[in-house]
Amino acid sequence: MLRYAIGRVLAGIPTLLLVAVFIFSLIHLTPGDPAVLLAGDNATPSQVEQIRSRLNLDLPIWEQFGIWFGDAIQMDLGYSIYSGKPVTELILQRVEPTLVLSFVTLVMTVAIAVPLGAVAAWKANSMVDRFAMGFAVAGFSIPVFVIAYVIVYGFAVRWRLFPVQGYKWLADGWLATLHSVTLPSISLALIFAALIARVTRASVLEALSENYVRTAHAKGLGAPRILFVHALKSVGVPVVTVIGIGLATLIGGVVVTESVFNIPGIGRLTVDAITRRDYPVIQGVILFFSTALILINIVVDLSYALIDPRVRG
Amino acid sequence: MPVSETRTLPEARVPSVRRRPVLEALAQTARDPWTIVSVLVLLGFVAMAVFASWFAGDPQAIDPANRLKAAGVVGIWGTDHLGRDVFSRAMYGARMSLVVGLSVAFLTAVPGVAIGVFAGMSRFGGAVVMRLIDAMMAIPAVLLAIALAALLQPGLLTVIIAIAIPEIPRMVRLVRSVVLSVRQQPFVDAAVSVGTRGPKLIFRHILPNTVAPVIVQATYAAASAIIASAILSFLGVGTPPDVPSWGGMMADARKFFQFYPMLMVYPGVLLSLLVLVTNVLGDRLSDALDPRKVRKRG
Repeated sequence: MLRYAIGRVLAGIPTLLLVAVFIFSLIHLTPGDPAVLLAGDNATPSQVEQIRSRLNLDLPIWEQFGIWFGDAIQMDLGYSIYSGKPVTELILQRVEPTLVLSFVTLVMTVAIAVPLGAVAAWKANSMVDRFAMGFAVAGFSIPVFVIAYVIVYGFAVRWRLFPVQGYKWLADGWLATLHSVTLPSISLALIFAALIARVTRASVLEALSENYVRTAHAKGLGAPRILFVHALKSVGVPVVTVIGIGLATLIGGVVVTESVFNIPGIGRLTVDAITRRDYPVIQGVILFFSTALILINIVVDLSYALIDPRVRG
Repeated sequence: MPVSETRTLPEARVPSVRRRPVLEALAQTARDPWTIVSVLVLLGFVAMAVFASWFAGDPQAIDPANRLKAAGVVGIWGTDHLGRDVFSRAMYGARMSLVVGLSVAFLTAVPGVAIGVFAGMSRFGGAVVMRLIDAMMAIPAVLLAIALAALLQPGLLTVIIAIAIPEIPRMVRLVRSVVLSVRQQPFVDAAVSVGTRGPKLIFRHILPNTVAPVIVQATYAAASAIIASAILSFLGVGTPPDVPSWGGMMADARKFFQFYPMLMVYPGVLLSLLVLVTNVLGDRLSDALDPRKVRKRG
């Protein structure tokens, strides 16, 4: 097990390095000179030069990468061009809303999708199944901000049950936080649940044709017990897998949702950085999200190895 | 025995693996009611895009005296914050979505197939390419697209490229997996044993087997590209604001949303409907063309 774990972690390192090269070249090979942009319209050439050397933009590109990546490993992602603050600090300040939003979304997603998928499989090809799978296709098709505005209009503008936008920090009480992230989480969960419900349905359908389910029937167990105790057990691994795969989509959704609901998380930071062309922040945020994804996928892989010994082989 | 027979025989003996001929599968899908409805709706959108200039008014005409008017009062669906006609903007907006969807499907399929076939046929090169693909897939697609769109020169081409690049890795993975499984088949061994090599092997035996899954994946790519381009417009890094697009209309509608929700509803419903029928078509094609129903999303 330990050997498998070490191997899996080591395999993540070249991927991470490639991601870093990719993100770095993305910013540095695209047209536009950050030094000129930063200096503003009235800058003299010498001021531009000064900024260029302060940001190491005058060094050869591979040296710039070496410096940037060396610092990044030590959690130093440089300074924001716009606010002058360290990028790491900016990200850490905004981690809380993004983490809370993602966590609540995941909980809601599983709460919606797993029962829905299970019932759809149980009543395969019935009206319930068609409705559930129609919901799933709709979830793939409706952009998250359209759902978000429909929900806001109903629950915040019309019925005033939840705030239209904004975020309450955990330090001010977790109930207030939960209240403020309810609508954004529901919007995201409806999209994400589509994916999970499909996978749950497929794996429950497979489980229902297994011998042990027939045995359970033969023993005279009731349908709900078979469905929720016996069949759902086999759903864990595929659902965890698809949550791992879907996290990339979820992050994209979080960026949009934070923008709609004006939540001061990392997604907002990204969108603001991009409109201001704040290169160090853009690089830092994408590296942060990608690293998080790689790490989570390693954890997902390791969790199968714990559940299923065959994976370790 | 003539060479041609040795080449066709093994193919005929592995019917379970040979995918059904594309035309036959399409003919069967065409009888399914949901497919018919989806195709009709899609044709409606195409007609909307092509003939917008015939029946819809000028989408750009600004009329300060008639700002934010309700549907029916001025124009069929009212006017926006600049007094522009919402109905004609919505009709013209179909152009942008269809152009982006089709272009991204094409720009995902062509490089995706080329790289995927290479990765599947070359042992060492394949390993290198797949490492790169893994790294690209570790970057969230929407983030990569908004970063690309913001960094390149603003414009329609940039948006298309920015959306297509993050879609390519998925296509490469799919094509490579098909190529790897086709290469194991006896008819490929048979072709190789009678001296078929290089391009002829690829074009005659490998590529035809990738057609069906690539069509399905390209349909999904078109659907997600339409959503992605709306997201880019919504975040302010999308197609030029002077060209009407549904994402841009919704971005404009944000400020007035609490009082004029319909400004958000018209483009939102059209956008969702177009993506929905594209996805339904993708699902039906997938069921019809590929018995194993590989659906790769994420």
